[in-house]
Parts: sequence; structure tokens; C-alpha cells
Amino acid sequence: MPTAAQLANVVISGTLTGTVYGLMALGLSAIFGVIRLVNFAHGELMTLAMYAAVVAFQGLALDPFLTMVVAAALFAGLGYLLQRAFINRFVHRPEHMQMLLMIGLSIIIANLLLIGFGPDARSVQTSYQLDSFELGPILVDKVRVYAAGAAVVATAALAAFFRFTLTGKAIRACADNPLGARVAGLPVAHLYAVTFGIGAASVAVAGCATVSLIDVTPTLGPSYTLLAFVIVIVGGLGSMVGALLGGLLIGISEALAGVLIAPSAKSMVSFGLLIVVLLARPRGLMGGAQR
Amino acid sequence: MMRDRRRAMVIGVTAVVLLALPFIASNYVLSVATLVLYMAYVGQAWNVMMGFAGQLSLGHSLYVGLGAYAAAGLFAHYGVGPWAGVWLAIAVCAAAAAIIGFLAFRLRVSGVHLSLLTVAFAELVRIAFDHIDALGGPGGLFLRVAARDRVDLRAFRGPPAMYYYAILALASGALALCAWLLRRRAGYYWRAIREDEVAAQAVGIDTFWWKMRAVVLSGAMTAVAGVFYAFYYNSLFPEQIFSFTRSIEIILGPVIGGLGTLLGPVVGAAALVLLGDGTTEVLARAGFDIPGAKHVVYGVVLLLVTIFLPNGIWPPLARRLGFEAKRL
Amino acid sequence: MNNDASKGFITRRTFGAAVGTLALSAAARAKADTAKAKLKIGVLLPRSGLQALIGQSCQKGADIAPDLIRQRLGVEIEIMNADTESNVDTARSRAERLIGEGAHVLVGAFDSGHTAAVAQVAEQHGVPHIVNIAAAPQITEQGYKFVFRNFPPAPEIGRNGLVLLKDIFAEAKVAPKSAVFMHVNDTFGQSMAKGVAALLPTLSMPFKLLDTIAYDPAAKDLTVEVSKAKATSAELLLLVCRLNDAVVLRREMVKQRWNPMGVVSPGSPGLYEEQFAKALGKHAQYCITNTVWFNPKNGITQAFAAAFKKQFAKDDLSYHGINATYTFDAILTAADAFKRARSTDPKALAEAIRQTNIAATDRVSFGGPIKFNAKGQVEGNRSVVLQNLGGKPTVVLPKDLAQAQLAFPAPKIG
Repeated sequence: MPTAAQLANVVISGTLTGTVYGLMALGLSAIFGVIRLVNFAHGELMTLAMYAAVVAFQGLALDPFLTMVVAAALFAGLGYLLQRAFINRFVHRPEHMQMLLMIGLSIIIANLLLIGFGPDARSVQTSYQLDSFELGPILVDKVRVYAAGAAVVATAALAAFFRFTLTGKAIRACADNPLGARVAGLPVAHLYAVTFGIGAASVAVAGCATVSLIDVTPTLGPSYTLLAFVIVIVGGLGSMVGALLGGLLIGISEALAGVLIAPSAKSMVSFGLLIVVLLARPRGLMGGAQR
Repeated sequence: MMRDRRRAMVIGVTAVVLLALPFIASNYVLSVATLVLYMAYVGQAWNVMMGFAGQLSLGHSLYVGLGAYAAAGLFAHYGVGPWAGVWLAIAVCAAAAAIIGFLAFRLRVSGVHLSLLTVAFAELVRIAFDHIDALGGPGGLFLRVAARDRVDLRAFRGPPAMYYYAILALASGALALCAWLLRRRAGYYWRAIREDEVAAQAVGIDTFWWKMRAVVLSGAMTAVAGVFYAFYYNSLFPEQIFSFTRSIEIILGPVIGGLGTLLGPVVGAAALVLLGDGTTEVLARAGFDIPGAKHVVYGVVLLLVTIFLPNGIWPPLARRLGFEAKRL
Repeated sequence: MNNDASKGFITRRTFGAAVGTLALSAAARAKADTAKAKLKIGVLLPRSGLQALIGQSCQKGADIAPDLIRQRLGVEIEIMNADTESNVDTARSRAERLIGEGAHVLVGAFDSGHTAAVAQVAEQHGVPHIVNIAAAPQITEQGYKFVFRNFPPAPEIGRNGLVLLKDIFAEAKVAPKSAVFMHVNDTFGQSMAKGVAALLPTLSMPFKLLDTIAYDPAAKDLTVEVSKAKATSAELLLLVCRLNDAVVLRREMVKQRWNPMGVVSPGSPGLYEEQFAKALGKHAQYCITNTVWFNPKNGITQAFAAAFKKQFAKDDLSYHGINATYTFDAILTAADAFKRARSTDPKALAEAIRQTNIAATDRVSFGGPIKFNAKGQVEGNRSVVLQNLGGKPTVVLPKDLAQAQLAFPAPKIG
């Protein structure tokens, strides 16, 4: 049986990881919830961001937490363009077509990364990477704290954006009632593109935060995509709080499962949770009525 | 008249080439052809679920794996040959499919949620099999092979030609089965459900049971593919056989060939394998050794087909050859 | 489409022509083989994909083989390279292809899963397959007649590694009282774990094994596993790992400030690899791996090292100490058999391989004579104790091969 200190360590670590998961899922929640696009390339966007951070570190000696800011802006712009110029045409296609389209995109991105960077793990080696904060018997990984901090800040900024700005409210209107939004004269295509940009930017921040913890390989994408979908569904579609809570739930339950059951069964948790939620409460923890 | 002549010629030539392949082609070409037919068969099986029940399964590797392990396990531990083992494989996969179908249709999980559900099941089973030591765990289950000069039908061992004919029979059988079903009441019901489920229900069709039948049939057919896989490749690893990547490979053929058409999976499988090997060859001749180039091509083709030919490459090709692309 | 074409294009004439051409080319090929008297060796390695780095490392041994073997054995060989792409299906189809293109012997394929697949193909065709590196015991337990392996199976690696542990404790004059065993949960890790579990009780170790923790090789986060291991307060970490997870694990150990007396692998990749040193810098120091290695005292090894340096000036042999040398030895075995058989007929080659008896001093890798037992397995391959010192893997035991002094317990890393 694990000691209290061990449990505490693991739960704290899981919580911190969960906030980053939550940020990544937030991006998908925005994209899936607003545009109703099944973005199966979400994980690849994250991988792309991680590689960007590695390149910035190796080429410009930039700390990933600094790269984060630039990457967010860059990804926002790229996301906007991608949605406006390309993906927008598929928004009304059947769901399975969207999935296939994004899967195709994900295959292309992942393999271009493979060709460009090779299959080996890439990492950054910042000076503080292996440090920990010591609080009595509890050791907290410094980088995890920074990453969680960045995630919380980004999430708060997003929340403020959606709550208080005109554009944010307009986007929420599009999500709630697409037809009504059009009738009201909202520039839906533009708003969709902004949403995708936001989604991409969140993923960029999450990626830059994660790269100091996890080495990046071209094949990381699918597991993050699946994780993001699980969190969004568990947390509830269309709910930002839900995405965050979902992230925390997954992060903590994975950690607990690892310490209480068996470390190698950790990954079963998220899928098990997904199945349970899909069957028992499909709208998720915080989800509203299904459209 | 001309169209019929053309049709007959195309069918005739294809049949002759396929039947004579082991005699006119090298072992390498034969192994490629076997792979194409395997992908065509499994794509056809998957297509049943998509075409008949309208559900996009992204976790079909589950059935391949379960079927493979069921038959391989029986063979490795009890010496039971695949002809008996295949029944266990079908039973297990039919049960799994029934569970998924029940959850999907009774509890109204659909669209992307259902697709994710299928992925989740495949992943769970993958991790579970990693922990089953009796079936080799992550280390893999290996079946004994024998020299290829003898044909041992009971244990399904023999020269590559034997495997080729077996998969040719399976693929043709699947095609025939689907074509036959289309003409029966089942086919009409499925088409009705696909077009407008509510209207179908209003007319008195028990949509739940018909959709279940489609899902279970799909799972059962895929199980046989798994058995073939086990005895052809002789080694099974949970990480590979249940992987999400394999599930995607399964759907690439039918999607590119033509979702919901009869010959789509076959055409798609052929196109993909030839494209993949062709790309590698061309690059090799040009002196490039670029791993991943083949998959970039797959992704681009998938993208192009999804954008410009959402019905796949078979319908326009069929028209050229004088066929009509039969929709499921 | 005109009427002539509609008669069908595989006419009897074209069929006959095709068959005739095939027959002629086969005859021509057979003739060409005996005329040139060159042994065609199909080398299957993962040159791309997940295991690309290791495959390329093995490839170096194959690249310098033809010249070196011509010098030392007077035999001409031709290497046919094939990339398994770190993928079982590709491995199988490439093996088929190599055989179809006339390879007389196959060598490969590093990964146990791929090797098993290639072995099946070789056995089905009756073409000899010499395994360069692959540790799964099943490979030589299938009763195959054409598969040979000069690499210890996992249980033997484990046994050698565990026995060397005692040598480490004897040399350091101190022994840990407790240990925790962590292993990666894949083919290799499982075989090793089984071997260790069976052997540990029989070897009367000074330490008590407190816990065994398996982890997913693809895991990006080993916080829980490491904290579990640390919680045992074990004094020694026994580790069976691969490169990527070794990096993640060691990082986590530093973060959780866990410093056991030593991190020792009874025989697995990871800790001694170049990428591990690059990723961990000073924290890679003092990690120990008990592993197969090359024998630097043999004349042929010195020739090998010289040829290696000449062709790969920028590479340090110590980072390719296993991969390149064992691959070379597999090719050497094939060439040696060819020399004795004086024929490229697969059955004759297989028979010659069965009779192989290359002296311990005539092989690059470290061990007894290369002699295959009834199962096609070479026994008596030995391990050395390799410790990361001064940023490089350095042999510290056995004493007669040592390049530096063992540092155990591991000093604190500032």
C-alpha cells in the first residue's frame, strides 16, 4: 500500500499534468463544440508545436516557455488560415467525411515530421528541467509547476475572452445556434476561423509546456488526439469548465490507477472512463443538452 | 451490347489473371497480391458495417485481433487446426460486435461518439492482451511453421500459392455474399435504413435488429480475416494487431475505393498497395531512401479523394469500364 | 478497344513466351552464381522507423564486412541490404524479396519480432538465416533447421548479467542489501524478466529483491513507477530498458531525487547508448550495463576497429560495440561456411553452418567459439560490465579487458 506521501506526490503530479491536458482539450472543445469539426488532427497540431519548441531551443536557445508566446500567435494565425481557406468547405459534410479528411491531414503531418526530423525522440535540455520543489516529504517537479501555471493562465485568458469580449460572445452564439447566428448577420465563416485559431493556439501553448516533460516523436499525435476527445466527451461538449475538469479527472485517475492498480494499466483508465461516460451519461460531466 | 462485351472481357481477364497468378508471377508479386486481397477482404468486411449500418468503425482491428488470437491460441496450445478454430473466432467476434452494436444502437451512441467508442474498445482489448501471458503477452504469440513444399490443409500450412488461393476465395466469397445480400430483403431493408431510418421504422422495419445484424456480420467476417492473418504471418503482437494504425489501414481501402460500394474495397486496396510499393520503388530508383514518403502519399490520396471524389475512385472508374458501381 | 484485343491478351503464345523467359532467366542466374562464386548475403535491418538508429549502427558492421572478410578469409561476398522499416510485415516481405533476388543466406534483423518473421520465411524457403542480434528465446526453440543464432537468448544474457553483479560487488567490496527490479513490458523485457525471476533465487545474491515493476515501453511519464520504486527504499536499481524509456526513467529519478547505490542493467540497451548520454548529460554517469560486447584483444577485432575507424571516422566504436560487431560476426560466420562448403546451394551452406567452429580468438564479439548446438544456438557468449564514465561506455570488468576502474557505489552527481 502506498504511503500518504507517495499518494500525495502522485496526485499532485497528476493534477499538474491534468491542467495541461485540460488546455489541450480546451482547444478541441472549442473546435468541436463550435465548428462541430471532428478534428482528428488535433494531436498532430500538438506534435507540431512541440517540434517548433525543440527547433527554437536548438536554433535560438529559446526557452520553451518563451517560445510558447510566439507559437501561440503563429498557430492562431495558421489555424485561422487553415480553417478559412480550406476546412470551411467541409464543415457541412457528413461527420465521417470530416473524420476522414482530418485523418488524412494527420497522416500527412505526422509523416512529413518523420521525414523532416527522423523517428528519434527530440527533447529540450533546459537547466531547470530536472529540478524539484521540496515541501517536506513532497517533491514537486518544477517544470510541471511551470507548465501547469502556463496552462492555467491560458485557460483563464480564454475564459475571459469567451465571457467578456464581443467576438467571444459571438462565437458562443454560433455554437449555440448556428442558424440563428447567421440570421442575426454574424460573420460565421470568420468566427469559425477565429475559433480554429484559438483552438490551435491553445494546443500550441499546451505543446510548448509539454515539451520540457516529454520527448517528442512524430508518432505522438494519435494518442493526444484520442486523449483530447476522451476529455472533451467526459467533461462535456461545449463546456470549457468541463474540458478542464475532464483533464484534471483523467490526469488524477491515471496517476491513481498507476499507483493503486498497476502502472502498465494506466492507459486503460482514460478509455474505460470514456466507455462509462458514453454509456451512462453521454453528455459528459458538465455538458448541456445534446443538439 | 458493347458495354456487356467490355464488362465480360474485363471480368474474364481479371479472373484468369487472378487464378493463374501463382504460375506466372514471382513469389514477391504473389505476396503483394496476397496482401492486396487480404486488405480487400477485410475492407469489404468493414464496409458492411459502414455501408449497411452507416456507422464508421475506427476500431475494426479489434475483430482481426480477437479472431487471430482465438484461432492461434487454440492451435498453439491444443493443436486445434484453423478450420475448427475459425468457429471460435467468429463466435468471439460476433459477441464483441453484438456488445458494441447493442451499446451503439440501444443507447443511441452514434457518429463520432460511436467511432471513439470503437477505438476505446480496441485500445482496451489491446492493453488487456498485453497482460495475457498465456497468449504470449507483449512478447507475442508464435506459431510453428513448416517447410513450404508440402500442403497441409488441416493445419493450413503450405506454399505461398495455397495462401493466395485461400485469400482469393475469401475475398471473392465476401464479394459474392455482399452482392447476394443486396438483392435479398436484407439489402432493401439496409438501404431503406440508410436512406431514412425514421421512415424505415415507420414502414415497420425493426431498424435496431437490422443494424445489429450488419454490425455482427461485419465482425464475424473480419474474424475470418484474423484467422487467415494468424496462420499466414504466424506471429501476433497485441501492440500491432489491435493498433489504431491498423484500424486506419483497414478503412483506407474502402474509403478510397468507394464507401458503401460493392467493389470499392477491392479497388481501393489494390490502388493503395500498388501506390505504396510504387512510391517506394520510384524513390529507390531515384536514389532516395525516404521512410514516411509512402505514408505521405497515402495521406494525400486520402485527402484528395475525400475532397474531390467523396464516393471513391471506383464509381468513375466503373463508368469508364462499363460497369455501374453497385452501392451497398 | 478493337476486336483483336477482346480475344484476351494472355494467349498461349504469350504464356509460353513468359514461361520460357522465366525458365531461361532462372538458368542464367544459376549459371551466373557458380561462375562468380560470390556469396550473396541478404542483410535485413531496421534502417528506418523506430529502430532506425540501432539498425544503422548494425549496418556499419555489414558495410565494412566485404573488404575485411576478403582480407582475412579470402572469400568474396556481396551484401544485399534491405530495410525492415521497423515493421514486421515489411521485414517478412523484404525477406521474401531478397530470397527471390537470389540471396543465399539471410542475416538479421535485430528486433525479435522481425527476426522471428524472417526466420519463418527462411525456414519455409530452406534458406539459412543467421541471426545477428535478437534475444527472444523462441527463435531457436521452434525446431527450425535453417535458423542459426550467434547471440545469447534473453535468459542467458540475464544469467551472465546477474553473475557479473557479484563480480561488481566483489570488486567494489560492498554489496546492496535490497534491490528493486524495473523492466520494460515488451518482448525483450518480458523474456529478461522471466529469466531474472527464475535465476535470482538460485544465485544467492547478497540483496533481497523487494519489488518488480513493469512499465509500458511507450510511456512518456514514469512518475508513478519511479515513485513506487523509490518507496521501496531499495539500495540497488536493476533495470531492463530500452533507450527512450531509459531516458524518461533516469530523468524521473533525478527529479524525485532518488539515488540508489547503482543503476545496473543485467543486459539491455539504453543506458550505454549515445543518445542517453546526450539527453542526460552528467546524469548519465555511473550507470552500469552488463552486456555482450566485443573482445578488444583479438587480432580480428583490432582489424575490425581499424577498418571501422577508416570508414566511419566520426563515429566512436564504443557506441556501436554490440550492433556493429555482432552483425559482422554473423556475416563472418556465413562467409566461413561458404569457404568450407564451396557452394552457394542453401542446403550445403546450412550444413556447413552447422559444422562451424570459429575459435574464440577469431571472432570480433566476446565469447567462446562460434559453434552451433543442435538447436542452432551458440552457447558461451560472454558479457562485460560497461559503465558510463567520462561520457562514454567503458569496460570495467572483467579485469583483463578493463579500460578504467569501476565506480560503485555511484558517487553523488553534483
